[in-house]
Amino acid sequence: MTALLPRRGLAQILALIVILAADRMVSPQFFDLRLQDGRLFGSLIDVLNRGTPVALLSLGMVLVIAMRGIDLSVGAVMAISGAIAASLADGHSLPVVLVAALGAGLVCGLWNGFLVAVLGMQPIVATLILMVAGRGVAQLITEGRIVTFSSPDLVWLGNGAILGLPVPVAIALGMLILTGAVVRGSALGLLIEATGGNARASELAGVGTRAMILAVYVWCGICAALAGVIAAADIMGADANNAGLWLELDAILAVVIGGTSLFGGRFSLVLAVLGALIIQTMNTGILLSGYPPEFNLLVKAVVVLAVLLLQSPKLSGLAGIAARLRRAKA
Amino acid sequence: MKGLPPVLITATVLVAGFALCAVQFPNIASTRVVGNLLTDNAFLGIVATGMTFVIISGGIDLSVGSVIGFTTVFVALAIERWGVPPLVAFVAILALSAAFGAAMGTVIHVFDLPPFIVTLAGMFLARGASFLLSTESVPIAAPVYSTISDFALRMPGGGRLTAIAIIMLVIVVGGALLLHLTRFGANVYALGGSRATASLMGVAVGKMTIKIYMLSSLLAGIAGIVFSFYTSAGYSLSAVGVELDGIAAAVIGGTLLTGGQGSVIGTFLGVLIQGLIQTYINFDGTLSSWWTKIATGVLLFAFIALQQGLVALARRPVAKSMGVAS
Repeated sequence: MTALLPRRGLAQILALIVILAADRMVSPQFFDLRLQDGRLFGSLIDVLNRGTPVALLSLGMVLVIAMRGIDLSVGAVMAISGAIAASLADGHSLPVVLVAALGAGLVCGLWNGFLVAVLGMQPIVATLILMVAGRGVAQLITEGRIVTFSSPDLVWLGNGAILGLPVPVAIALGMLILTGAVVRGSALGLLIEATGGNARASELAGVGTRAMILAVYVWCGICAALAGVIAAADIMGADANNAGLWLELDAILAVVIGGTSLFGGRFSLVLAVLGALIIQTMNTGILLSGYPPEFNLLVKAVVVLAVLLLQSPKLSGLAGIAARLRRAKA
Repeated sequence: MKGLPPVLITATVLVAGFALCAVQFPNIASTRVVGNLLTDNAFLGIVATGMTFVIISGGIDLSVGSVIGFTTVFVALAIERWGVPPLVAFVAILALSAAFGAAMGTVIHVFDLPPFIVTLAGMFLARGASFLLSTESVPIAAPVYSTISDFALRMPGGGRLTAIAIIMLVIVVGGALLLHLTRFGANVYALGGSRATASLMGVAVGKMTIKIYMLSSLLAGIAGIVFSFYTSAGYSLSAVGVELDGIAAAVIGGTLLTGGQGSVIGTFLGVLIQGLIQTYINFDGTLSSWWTKIATGVLLFAFIALQQGLVALARRPVAKSMGVAS
């Protein structure tokens, strides 16, 4: 099993190295790091920092997808929590702001989970409702304006530094470790994979499928809310129209690049975050190369297609091709 | 006949909603407002018709909004910059759209991939391609455009039934006939009911899948042309998020997202309900446009919950009889 792990992530790590090398070619200073005012600066740190929202989203999304679900509403949840954080920031302490914003994410997750687990709706449909209505709710909170704030605590959350790392990156790292500890430190991860593989069989085997689905959507909502707070803290304001817009697609993409199948089952938290970093490294590279950012979408489309074809049941993935090649050689 | 009750409910909601609006704002009950409703939602009606076919067949098409955006930019550039006659430009873009849909359908079928993610890639691709063509809004000044935007049938009461509204109505009627009266339509339902069963019954699943996505993209192309008539411009950011409106219209119209059930007429009513909400908000003046999204979300929930209830009711007797048999 331990021998399998590096091989599983090999394609993603190789892809990241190739893209990093390409970035190094378009921008010679890409790997330069310098310490200033107790915080590291450089393109690499920038990639990590900007990749944080999608990385956080993918942490929740990967669990949802592993259970054969999908959460389209994370972008809208980001907008809601960002709007709440921004409107409370001046006049309330940071803990109050965080509890309110993350609480909103929890409620959104509960709603999604309720629709899927209790009412038995298809996940795409169930989360579509909040995706459409959520952005309206966010605009209701900000009353259609872009709400700005100057609370130093919240600004620190988006722009400060801990041990040289930007705070958002530290938070994402913390969340990755926390999620990993909870999911892989217990049997929970295995049960999630079992439910994603065959919900009925695992239910018959005694897995509390309903409670788990509910929990997974709640976690996804909280992760999205955290991403929303960080995004708002980063720009010192909440824009209900554009905060987290289409990020649900990036998050799904990150999870898929990370090798988790949309048909549920085996998942990897680290690889999903790696997927988010791959996307951000591509984005940054395209920006640095001087090409118009519009190229992003085209490159993304090509990457999605390539990953899809590798994952296709018909081709049985990269491993299948490799195995076939090996057999042909032998 | 199975699809009838949800459609009836949608129709009731539309009529009741319209009546409520008319009580509050008597001016809403005029052919002018109805004419505008049809014109403003013409492109949505066309796209939603295509979406209905895809969803009934058990798929989904997220690329339609991007295809509309690409079409408007392509048509505008072809006519204004490359000097192509409008008709030739239209034929070219429709051929291109159909080919795009066929390509997506092929990938979905051949590699057995979820339509959600394949059409997501298609969405990125089409939007990216339209950015590549032009990131600025390109105005269209061709004489055909002013002729078509000026054309309208006068309705009693001063309302105008514009050319693009007529195109939409023709496509909705055509779509309804295609879905409900032809072998193609029956096959669409069969696919959505059960792919394996349809295949065993002799439906060419691969060909059907490709044709269905081709139809959806083709209709998105037509919607793009209609959108360019509507705005007299091509803009790469136009129609962002229209796929969601289309899906919402289909669901509100009683189409089951799991496939196998639904109707074009229901979807058309769903489009009208969304348009009515927008019209009400415009008339009210104090309500902000974000209430449209919230109201649409609430309607979506209500209709999906309703369908869920109907499906559960329909399944119950079957489950019972199975229990007795075993």
